[in-house]
Amino acid sequence: MPEYPSRRAEFWRGVRDTVPLEVGGIPFGIIFGAVAVSAGLSPAATLAMSAFVFAGSSQFIAAGLVGQHVAIPFIIITTFVVNLRHALYSATLGPHMRYLSQRWLIVLGFWLTDESFALVIARYNAPDDSPHKHWYMLGSEVSMYIMWFTCTLIGVIAGQAIPDASGWGLEFAMVVTFTGLVVPMLKDRPMVVAAVVAGITALLANGLENKLGLMLGALLGVAVGLVVESFSKPQPVAIIPDEEVAA
Amino acid sequence: MNEAILIAGMAAVTFAVRYPVLALLGKIELPPLVLRALRFVPPAVLTAIIVPAVLIPDGDHLNVGLANPYLAASIIAALVSWRSKSLLLTILVGMAAFFAWKFLFPA
Repeated sequence: MPEYPSRRAEFWRGVRDTVPLEVGGIPFGIIFGAVAVSAGLSPAATLAMSAFVFAGSSQFIAAGLVGQHVAIPFIIITTFVVNLRHALYSATLGPHMRYLSQRWLIVLGFWLTDESFALVIARYNAPDDSPHKHWYMLGSEVSMYIMWFTCTLIGVIAGQAIPDASGWGLEFAMVVTFTGLVVPMLKDRPMVVAAVVAGITALLANGLENKLGLMLGALLGVAVGLVVESFSKPQPVAIIPDEEVAA
Repeated sequence: MNEAILIAGMAAVTFAVRYPVLALLGKIELPPLVLRALRFVPPAVLTAIIVPAVLIPDGDHLNVGLANPYLAASIIAALVSWRSKSLLLTILVGMAAFFAWKFLFPA
């Protein structure tokens, strides 16, 4: 019977491994808090969004849409589209987490983010067969959640103290963060085409009501990406390498 | 604006893309077409957000001039990301470039 790291050791390892990734999230969270308040969300609603939605990019966009007086149903639909990528993460992690109870899955699912996903899939793919890897995930997620809420709070306070911060162009932090996320994804031609089609469509459709151009661009980008992929020769076997493929 | 409805709705749709897939995957397989389509969602969505924000910074007027700090800084950020693959470095250099441009070309 091999020795495995304890639950507590896995948890703290998850916390520790998450810290470097939080360095990028800290300014993002603070700026979100400040931008949301200056866009017209109340401080309570801004904090509630970080507590209950807990999805930074969609929160940023929602704050922007609130500032442009977009109707609530459209903000909710946009949130759905922006966060749809989490279904990819869940689909990748799901097979590793079959053994967990629904209670665990609800908690770990609610807290799933880009950052924790990147760490946790690497932990699940590590060669050891520790039965406590979900504790690593919990540690990473709790750490992200505390960081995000705290930074939102700091941002809300700063945003109220400096009322004209909205004119500084701080929302560029979102653009630059997304740029840093997108560029490494553009590894093959279908991906590049999907991004280019999405970007051009969103630009041309920018005049549409309720920011529908974003959704239109995303849908067309995905559709054209699929078509281009179907016509290019090697089909990617795995979306993200997992242990079945590696083994 | 009813903020409670907004946040409840956002929380519900976000949970709906995170949890059910995680819970169901032990029991059912997603169709390959859905998995393939999901792979394109992040670059498509993020680029659809970036491009209008950069080229139409005021929300109304196309601005493709190099004095546009959004455009110049995002090009610099994309180059940094491409060479370094580091998200943190991209954010730091991109923000620095943005404020440098705003200082050099005041509107």
